[in-house]
Amino acid sequence: MTDADSPIASAPVAPAPVAPAPVASAPVASYIPGSATANGANGANGAAEHRAPVTLTGGPPPGAATLRSVDLCAWFGDRLVLEDVNLLMPAGQVTALIGPSGCGKSTFIRMLNRMHELVPSASLAGEVLLDGADIYGAGVRAQEIRMRIGMVFQKPNPFPAMTIRENVLAGLKLARIKCSDKDTLVEQSLARAGLWREVKDRLHSPGGALSGGQQQRLCIARSLAVHPNVLLMDEPCSALDPTSTARIEETIGELRDDVTIVIVTHNMQQAHRVSDLCAFFLAAENQPGRVVEFGPTEKIFTEPDDPRTLQYVQGRFG
Amino acid sequence: MALCAVSALALAWLVFTRLTEGTGWLGFLLSAFAAFLVLLYIVTADRLGRLAATDRVMTVLVVTGAVILLVPLVLLNVYIFQKGLKALRLGFFLDDQRGITPVMASSAGGGAHAVVGTIQQVGLALLFSLPLGLGAAIFLNESRSRWRRPVRVFVDAMSGLPSVLAGLFVFAVLILPYASSIKIFSFNGLMASLALALIMLPTITRTVEVVLRLVPDGLREAGLALGSTRVRTTWSVVLPTARTGITTAVVLGVARAVGETAPLLFTAFGYDLMNANPTDGAQESLPLFVYRNIRKPDAAAVERGFAGALVLMLIVIGLFALARFIGRDRSKARTRKATRRPVRDATPVPEDAA
Ligand SMILES: Nc1ncnc2c1ncn2[C@@H]1O[C@H](COP(=O)(O)OP(=O)(O)O)[C@@H](O)[C@H]1O
Ligand SMILES: [Mg+2]
Repeated sequence: MTDADSPIASAPVAPAPVAPAPVASAPVASYIPGSATANGANGANGAAEHRAPVTLTGGPPPGAATLRSVDLCAWFGDRLVLEDVNLLMPAGQVTALIGPSGCGKSTFIRMLNRMHELVPSASLAGEVLLDGADIYGAGVRAQEIRMRIGMVFQKPNPFPAMTIRENVLAGLKLARIKCSDKDTLVEQSLARAGLWREVKDRLHSPGGALSGGQQQRLCIARSLAVHPNVLLMDEPCSALDPTSTARIEETIGELRDDVTIVIVTHNMQQAHRVSDLCAFFLAAENQPGRVVEFGPTEKIFTEPDDPRTLQYVQGRFG
Repeated sequence: MALCAVSALALAWLVFTRLTEGTGWLGFLLSAFAAFLVLLYIVTADRLGRLAATDRVMTVLVVTGAVILLVPLVLLNVYIFQKGLKALRLGFFLDDQRGITPVMASSAGGGAHAVVGTIQQVGLALLFSLPLGLGAAIFLNESRSRWRRPVRVFVDAMSGLPSVLAGLFVFAVLILPYASSIKIFSFNGLMASLALALIMLPTITRTVEVVLRLVPDGLREAGLALGSTRVRTTWSVVLPTARTGITTAVVLGVARAVGETAPLLFTAFGYDLMNANPTDGAQESLPLFVYRNIRKPDAAAVERGFAGALVLMLIVIGLFALARFIGRDRSKARTRKATRRPVRDATPVPEDAA
């Protein structure tokens, strides 16, 4: 696990001298197609732009974190649905989880931030190491873990009783995090989620009044507002139209420096486009799901070791 | 077309009375209605085809059903308005029954003491039952306790409780044994509000529970995934989302309790004079005022009773209006947008050809 501890440095903690600056222009720039991938290279620049002097007290430690699962197994009742998953999701990288329906991708991703245990019959074995520390260790609070590891769900779920602004700040309220400058935080979070330009004039209208794609980006902004170390996304685009999907992919590209991303997707092209690493899950009939292959996305999609992986990424089943 | 059908109805009516001996107005009305339907069908089928005719007849049947349901409601309201308005003066809200004798006119004196009593008793009852009902509903829907089933059965059983038993319970458990030793456990508004709270509790609990169940699980998960505890998620996400429904629950509870007479009979007991202290001494309330006055032999008192009934009815209507107003509040923007959308329900049915 020590091999993966270094990338915390990728996001400077010290406030950069660059001012939060022309509110409108910053996010506009980030919409330019292609800037997403460009950002990946010059991490320092991208981070400086986003990390203005907003300080959160009681929130997660700064920077992206490495997530690693060790011999992770999951049960629903007596049924083993996931067996011996060993994945290393390095800090500041995007890991895509692919595989046919029902092979346990959602179950796996929910185990990564302790949402799995909310299902009454669910149980698990193994370890999930967040920067080396087991999130299921004794004395570790689930709330603390979920605050550090944010989650975006398949169905956009903004809080309908809250305004757009309140939605973004909901995480602070719910996790008891203090913030020095809420306006800037709202703006930054929305900008990072690629939504600021569209909603900056109606921050006080209800979150439910947005389109599906906007709602999903609002949910991303809500997750980002607490500055998590890891962001989990369970099929974030499966309910969205192609344009919104493209927007969210851009957003993922811009976020990769500040936060480790794990994304489940059924869209092969999407996995190919956005991820650095890729894990292929598969469950045979009445068998628990397993990771068939895990490696750099490029390799998985061009010359995987396992023939089943090749079949799947070429769309021949699943 | 409608006119044509009505004249056909009149014709059928004439034939009916002339050819056969009239057998009571109900059977006669039914036969006339049947004749009307048949004529309507024939005429419409002739002009617009059979599909349109069936549609017309069905429309008429449905509308008739609605009217039949509305008639008693409207009649009841009109009746109470008519009877109640006679004795309803501004003085009704200012005076109590001090110095009123049977020979005085019905507009003398008033029911201010009853209004005050009702407000105090129902208000206190709401104060007791809302937190309890909300708590019980949250327990039933948000917790994972093994005790949820028994509690639900208990709440269901309680909602079938005859209201007189609620009063009897308070009377037997608090008033009867303690009235002589502890002053607060005697006939007073507080005891009445306890009895009313027993009536309101299951209504509020069940309504809130249904409303909480409607809050999507995705919102709870979203809250928890942000690092919130269950309690805080319930408080900051689930309850605000269900706000409108909870308001409805409160109104249903209040509406249930405000017209109850039986639980008050041996708790508030009833009193002819103003008593604005719910913890000391018998108190009037609107239902009791109605009940006690209408049983009196003199016509003026009966009229006062009807005035009380009218006020009670207006209060209930006002409550519903208030609840809808509060419930609207923040979703207003959305409602307005919804109404602005072009309405496309005008089905292209040809207008009456008559
Ligand atoms: N709440 C649950 N209770 C019982 N079984 C479940 C539950 N959720 C998922 N499962 C089972 O676990 C397996 C994996 O499901 P899931 O993780 O949702 O798959 P995926 O996201 O890859 O489509 C499936 O066989 C599914 O039936
Ligand atoms: Mg899934």
